[in-house]
Amino acid sequence: MIRARGITKSFGDEQVLKGIDVELFPGKCNLIIGLSGSGKTVFLKSILGLHTIDSGIVEYDDRIWDNLNKNDRKKLRQEMGMVFQGSALFNSLSIEENVGLPLNFFSGMSDSEKVDRIKFCLNRVRIPDEAFKKMPSELSGGMQKRVAIARAIVLNPKYLFCDEPNSGLDPETAIVIDKLIHEITHEFGMTTVINSHDMNSVLEIGDHVVLLQGGKKTWEGAKEEVLTTNEKAVVDYVFRSNLFKQMRAALKSI
Amino acid sequence: MIYGFFEGLGAYFNFLSEVFRRPEHWREYYRSFLREVDLLGFSSIALVCFISLFMGAVVLIQTAMNLDNPFLADSYIAIAVREAIVLEFAPTIVSLILAGKVGSNIASTLGTMRVTEQMDALRVMGINPASYLVLPKIAACLLFNPILVIFGMLLGMVGGYLAGDLLNLVNIEVYLSGYFMEFFPHYVTYSLTKTFVFAFIIATVSAFFGYRVEGGAVEVGKASTKSVVAMSFTIILFNYILTDILL
Repeated sequence: MIRARGITKSFGDEQVLKGIDVELFPGKCNLIIGLSGSGKTVFLKSILGLHTIDSGIVEYDDRIWDNLNKNDRKKLRQEMGMVFQGSALFNSLSIEENVGLPLNFFSGMSDSEKVDRIKFCLNRVRIPDEAFKKMPSELSGGMQKRVAIARAIVLNPKYLFCDEPNSGLDPETAIVIDKLIHEITHEFGMTTVINSHDMNSVLEIGDHVVLLQGGKKTWEGAKEEVLTTNEKAVVDYVFRSNLFKQMRAALKSI
Repeated sequence: MIYGFFEGLGAYFNFLSEVFRRPEHWREYYRSFLREVDLLGFSSIALVCFISLFMGAVVLIQTAMNLDNPFLADSYIAIAVREAIVLEFAPTIVSLILAGKVGSNIASTLGTMRVTEQMDALRVMGINPASYLVLPKIAACLLFNPILVIFGMLLGMVGGYLAGDLLNLVNIEVYLSGYFMEFFPHYVTYSLTKTFVFAFIIATVSAFFGYRVEGGAVEVGKASTKSVVAMSFTIILFNYILTDILL
């Protein structure tokens, strides 16, 4: 479990995170939703240690981030995988080299074991063998995201973080990516944290949903509750479109 | 402005301390080093050869015009051309050219990696991005820039020889013998020492500007331009200091 308590973070005079308390559960897709600028990405990078927080505590299964020394942090990082919004694949490396990089640094595997592991991970995200030698720029956006997922899971992490994994993708590919993350989470029992503002993702894969607004947590609950709750913050966020308003009315009438 | 300068200088040395941390996995660094030698070194050979040939020719024409005296043997023109190329043109001008080509490449590559979150991806993996990305570039520049400068010296002198022969400006046999007269090996040592220092400046200053980019594509372009300006200033300044110390 990942636990964040009282997280605050400012950039200059602007306070982006205003004391966020969240619990993110293992074996579940924990979705952090909110409008653009609500602090989702800053929050994700803060619990990952990419941003230094101003105050608060981040715990990974009772290991408090701030109390860890450099080596322990490094070990903890090897239990993390991250899928970035723009995939963040290394342009100068082929697909298989991208996925193999964490293995080269941290696995201690033999070359043949690495090849097998890379093949397993890439095939798991449905990348065909013919694409292994290609460069990232030769792949479509959806394939790049899948390679990024393969790279994130190659060290068999306990924690998987995804920052808007389906942004910039067509609806069909977005659903494929969402389902893939959901499958992998349950298959490997990972604690998965997904940033999104896509309601399709929430309804498709959100086991546990946290709503951020203006740098504060305003609601959390299960995805089923998203459509039925009367909490104003959720209603304001979810039912902006007429389609969802009609869905809500239909649900209430049942 | 002075405060900004010293703040930048402090940040530069902090950056270097991050870069020179002990590498985590030598084999990966070695692979990366080979990629950088290809990208930064081999790809610059043609440019350096072309510029050196023509610059040598220009130096010969200008020197021959200015030393057009029946009491002065053509071998002295060769000595002047050789010293100009070995002492100044090859190490300094070639390094300035490499600052433009290699330095801007390093700054824009690292800047792009920064804004596309590739550096964050390395940090999440537990890899030190400063060391992994920059150290192989420094090693590649330190290894290959002197080789390029030696190419520059040789081809500059070939360029002078060809121009003298084609334009009939000098007695070519006398001129050629001048290349081997009164040669001080220390000049080559001096020249290569400067090249090493300039190579370090090119790799680290450009990497520093690229590594600190924040924003998007526009900022990457700005950082690349700033890095070339900073490298040029630094190279010219160190050229003076090293010349004063070594000659």
